[in-house]
Amino acid sequence: MLTAQDLSIARAGVMVLVGLSFTLPAGRALILRGPNGAGKTTLLRAVARLQPIAGGSLTGGEEDIAYGAHSDGVKPTLTVAENLQFWAQVYGTDLAGFAMESLHLEALAQRRAGQLSAGQKRRLGLARILVTGRSIWVLDEPTVSLDAASVALFGLAVAAHLAAGGAALIATHIDLGFAADVLDITAYRAGPQVPVLSGQFDEAFL
Amino acid sequence: MRALLLRDLRLAFRAGGGFGLSLAFFLMVAVIVPLGVGPAPATLALIAAGVLWVGALLAALLSLDRLFALDFEDGSLDLLATSPLPMGGVVAVKALAHWLTTGLPLVAVSPVLGLLLNLPREGYVWLLVSLAIGTPALSMIGAFGASLTVGLKRGGLLLGLLVLPLYIPTLIFGAEVVKAGAMGAEIGTPLAALAAITAGAWAGLPLAASMAIRANLK
Repeated sequence: MLTAQDLSIARAGVMVLVGLSFTLPAGRALILRGPNGAGKTTLLRAVARLQPIAGGSLTGGEEDIAYGAHSDGVKPTLTVAENLQFWAQVYGTDLAGFAMESLHLEALAQRRAGQLSAGQKRRLGLARILVTGRSIWVLDEPTVSLDAASVALFGLAVAAHLAAGGAALIATHIDLGFAADVLDITAYRAGPQVPVLSGQFDEAFL
Repeated sequence: MRALLLRDLRLAFRAGGGFGLSLAFFLMVAVIVPLGVGPAPATLALIAAGVLWVGALLAALLSLDRLFALDFEDGSLDLLATSPLPMGGVVAVKALAHWLTTGLPLVAVSPVLGLLLNLPREGYVWLLVSLAIGTPALSMIGAFGASLTVGLKRGGLLLGLLVLPLYIPTLIFGAEVVKAGAMGAEIGTPLAALAAITAGAWAGLPLAASMAIRANLK
C-alpha cells in the first residue's frame, strides 16, 4: 500500500534521512525504531505529506493515510463526542460511536475534553484515527501517557485494523502485542550537516 | 467544510473563545474618542466615519492571532492539513467564521455607535453598507497575515505590523463611502472599489494563505 524507495528527507535545510527503502503491504504493521532525533517523526510527517521529500520516491497512500501526531488536536472546550463527531464529518464517516466503543470512551462522551486526564486525552486522539476510516495509519508514539490496559486496548484496535486489511506505520519503543515488522532507521541517518542543494527557497518564507 | 465552520463557531461561543471581545473593544473605542477630542457635535460628526472604520479595523485585528495559532499549538492544523479538506477551503472557512463572530456583530452595532459619535443621519445606512461589504475583506486579509505568522513565537505583534498596511485601501474606501454618503455625495466609486477589494481578497488570498500554512508546517 505504501512504498518508499531510496528516500531522502530534509528538515529545516539539513538532511535527516538518506537512502531509506521500505514497503508496507496491506494487513501488515511496520514499527519504526531509532534513538531520539533519528528522524522518526520527520519520516512519518513525510509519509503524511506534511514534509516534502528531498530525494527518492514515495508512492501510494495519498488519500488513505490517517496521521496521528504527538499532539492530539483535541479541542478542550468541546466534549469528547463533539471532538470525534467533527472529525467524522470531515472524513465523511459515521464511525464516531464505533471509535468511542473501541477505546472505552463512552462513559466520557459528554465530558469536556479539557477535563480529561493525559491518558484519556491520548485515547481520544487515537479514537480520532479510527474515526477517519482510512486504511493506512501513520502514528507517532501513540502510547505516550497510556496505562498498560489502554496500551492493550490500542493494540487490539490496531490488530483489528490489520485483520480488516489495513496497514500501520508506527513509531514506538514498546511492544504493542501484535505481529509487526521492525525497521530500525538508525542506519539511514544522514551524516552531520549535509546541506540540501535543492532549488526550493520557501524555507526563507519566514 | 460545514463541520469546520460549525466547530469554529462553537469554539468561539464557548467559554474562552473570545466572542464579544472584539465587539467590546469596538464599543470602547467609540466611547473613548469623544472623551479625547471633546463632545462638540460638529467635531464628532466630522470624524465619526473615520473613527468607526479605524475602530472596526483594530477590533478585527484583535482576535486574528488566534485564528490559526490555536489550531497549530494543539496539533489540529497538522491533522486538518492531512484531512480530505483542501487547505484553501480551510482558510476560507476559518476566515468566514472569524467574520461571523467579529465582523458581523460590528456591523450590527455600528448604527448605535454612529449615534454616540453624532454621525449625520444620512450616513447611517452607508455606515452599515460599507462595514457589511468591507469587513469580510478585513477577515480574509487578516487570515492571510495569520497564515504567514503561524508557528512564530509572539507572532501576534508581527501580524499587526503585516496586516495593518494591507488594511489601508479598505479603510480609505470604507470611510469614504460613509463620509460621502453622509454629505449626500456620489458614493458609487468608493463603494465599487470597496466591493472589489473584498471580492479580490476572497478570490485570491485563500490559496496564498494555504501555501503559507503548508510552508510553515514543514
